[in-house]
Amino acid sequence: MKVLDAHKLSYRELNDIIKEEAPREKEIKIKNLRGQRYIGGTLKEGCTLYLDGIPGNDLASFMNGAHIVVSGNAQDGVGNTMNKGEIVIHGHAGDIMGYAMRGGEIYVKTDVGYRVGIHMKEFGEQIPMLIIGGSAGNFLGEYMAGGVIIVLGIGDSPEESIGNFCGTGMHGGRIYIRGEVPAFKFGKEVKEAAMEEEDYRLLKDKIKKYCKYFDYPMKKINLEDFHKYVPIGSRPYGNLYAY
Amino acid sequence: MGFSMLAPEYRVDRDKDRCIDCKVCVTQCPYDVHYFDEEEEKVFAREENCVNCHRCVVLCPTRALIIRKYPLEFRENSAWKDIDIRQLQKQAETGGILLSGMGNPKPLPVFWDKILLNASQVTNPSIDPLREPMELKTFLGRKPERLEIGCDGSLKTKISPQLELSAPVMFSAMSFGSISLNACRVLAEAAEQLGIYYNTGEGGLHQSLFKFADHTVVQVASGRFGVNSEYLKIGAGIEIKIGQGAKPGIGGHLPGEKVREEVAATRMIPLGTDAISPAPHHDIYSIEDLRQLIFALKEASDYEKPVSVKIAAVHNVAAIASGIARAGADIITIDGFRGGTGAAPTRIRDNVGIPIEFAISAVDNRLKEEGIRNQVSVVAAGSIRNSADIVKAVALGADAVYIGTAALLAMGCHLCRKCYMGKCSWGIATQQPHLVKRLNPEIGRERLVNLITGWKHEIKEILGGMGINAIDSLRGNRHMLRGVDLSSRELDILGIKAAGE
Repeated sequence: MKVLDAHKLSYRELNDIIKEEAPREKEIKIKNLRGQRYIGGTLKEGCTLYLDGIPGNDLASFMNGAHIVVSGNAQDGVGNTMNKGEIVIHGHAGDIMGYAMRGGEIYVKTDVGYRVGIHMKEFGEQIPMLIIGGSAGNFLGEYMAGGVIIVLGIGDSPEESIGNFCGTGMHGGRIYIRGEVPAFKFGKEVKEAAMEEEDYRLLKDKIKKYCKYFDYPMKKINLEDFHKYVPIGSRPYGNLYAY
Repeated sequence: MGFSMLAPEYRVDRDKDRCIDCKVCVTQCPYDVHYFDEEEEKVFAREENCVNCHRCVVLCPTRALIIRKYPLEFRENSAWKDIDIRQLQKQAETGGILLSGMGNPKPLPVFWDKILLNASQVTNPSIDPLREPMELKTFLGRKPERLEIGCDGSLKTKISPQLELSAPVMFSAMSFGSISLNACRVLAEAAEQLGIYYNTGEGGLHQSLFKFADHTVVQVASGRFGVNSEYLKIGAGIEIKIGQGAKPGIGGHLPGEKVREEVAATRMIPLGTDAISPAPHHDIYSIEDLRQLIFALKEASDYEKPVSVKIAAVHNVAAIASGIARAGADIITIDGFRGGTGAAPTRIRDNVGIPIEFAISAVDNRLKEEGIRNQVSVVAAGSIRNSADIVKAVALGADAVYIGTAALLAMGCHLCRKCYMGKCSWGIATQQPHLVKRLNPEIGRERLVNLITGWKHEIKEILGGMGINAIDSLRGNRHMLRGVDLSSRELDILGIKAAGE
């Protein structure tokens, strides 16, 4: 495993090294990260980055297949417009994680900030997924046009597992939340839908991975406790205009 | 609501002596105006549907058709004009937000027409561009503070990435979705042939247009449609869209019915869903956040492309432009209040923003005062109608202009302003296959190339008349401008003298 020391490197210097090394290294460990931005941006499959310290904003922006493991917390904008790949964060992440994300998976051990999963969209085979172990802030899944968000709410009461205005402007995708969440927490474009066989299969698969990554006992999570939320329609503002 | 209280806007006059009931008008009209009555064996018109697009008139083989403004007038009233009454009635019928297509048509002053150009007489003689070289080449991007030249004469300063234009004009951002693929193709091919650039708008880049990537500015807006690492790396430049002159502070909704297979694939979204781009980028709440996105894009494109930030011309445009320059943008695009659109809420389009003429001078002044004018190029957009407008824009301080409406007019648009209906009879602002076919890309390209070729000659003539032989020498050269019918305050803001001074 290649080891890089990010100490005193600017984000540009550091990313130049990563971009150069990634095509020939299967695994790169980067230590002493101190908020450098855009780590792993546009990286393709074939390389896993192990990050020690704090990666800065826009971690994995436009990422295209690489894997990233963050040993601690991440900041804002994780997976911004990410296309493909996987990110595992052994801590919490900040606001707008998964903005306009189109593919790949992000696992967060604990909480995430505001506007997570905003504008997430899916296309064909590409279905982006966010698996959040703790709670999410306001506006989770805002304008969501596709993909999957799973909130486990570990350590929180169901009421606290999401903020307000969840799914405002949502017109695609689905959100799974563990436990009964009061209706006022959701935007008016969202409705609850019945869980089906396929939903349980998906949840089981993703939660299994979560438990493996973060060493959490699977038996503590009962799939029967999940509720599914979907958009009322794919055209939330279709009747807004006078033609 | 079935019953409308409104009389038709247009009257279809069919000359019975000329009409041969050939039904060309019936097949050509996408608005369902003309119809053939089998019993009467005659063509009739549902005038209430007519939008005055001229399609039937132009294609009628016997010149039997004339479309007129409906001669029925409301009782005279200076406060309540016809348009006010009609719009109000429409909202009473539908309860919706009024939509409009293309730029603001209101009778607000067009300041281009109040600015006049200079020419040389006797002293500093004019130059004849037919005999002497005349340079229109324009580079867009960050210019260095100073140049360092080595002993051997080689350039030691590293120059930031630039867009190289054969003339200071580009085709504005118009997405595949708002316009047809054929129309996008016309823009791309014409840009390549002319040595300039077109802009994808927020519609992604269709596979078939990848080969024109060297002449493409790829846009990134709040919905991030069609944006991935390939898209960012393939374009010649990248533009962050913050705002648009026709709808400052408002986002875009491409209605689901326009999101057909090709549009969905290019935007990378499911078929038939609304493509929603809200006004704010939700990762940008400050100049510092804008800087973060600018550098995310630079990182993604290996610092090889200039990054533009497009904003609408609004009250504090100068301060905003300064912030954008300091955020690290290489180009600032400013879209004036007359800028075009496929669809905008009418009240926003007609009432928000400021004229581009003032915005150019305000921004140019501010950047010069702060000593950062060299850090960015300024591209002006919104209501550039002809070559003289371009010359005036450059003299006011712009590096280049974007044209949108003018480019569509060259393709055959007749400015009926119903783009938002998605039924464009000229095959431009539509996704319906039988309508899209009406725009022949080869002919469209030729017409657009003709237009810009003509404009290039005209710009050279105007420059020559001023005794200037390079467009660079005109940039910000407001001595070449004089104002008529302007207040002294307006002259001050434009930074020009009154005619006769």
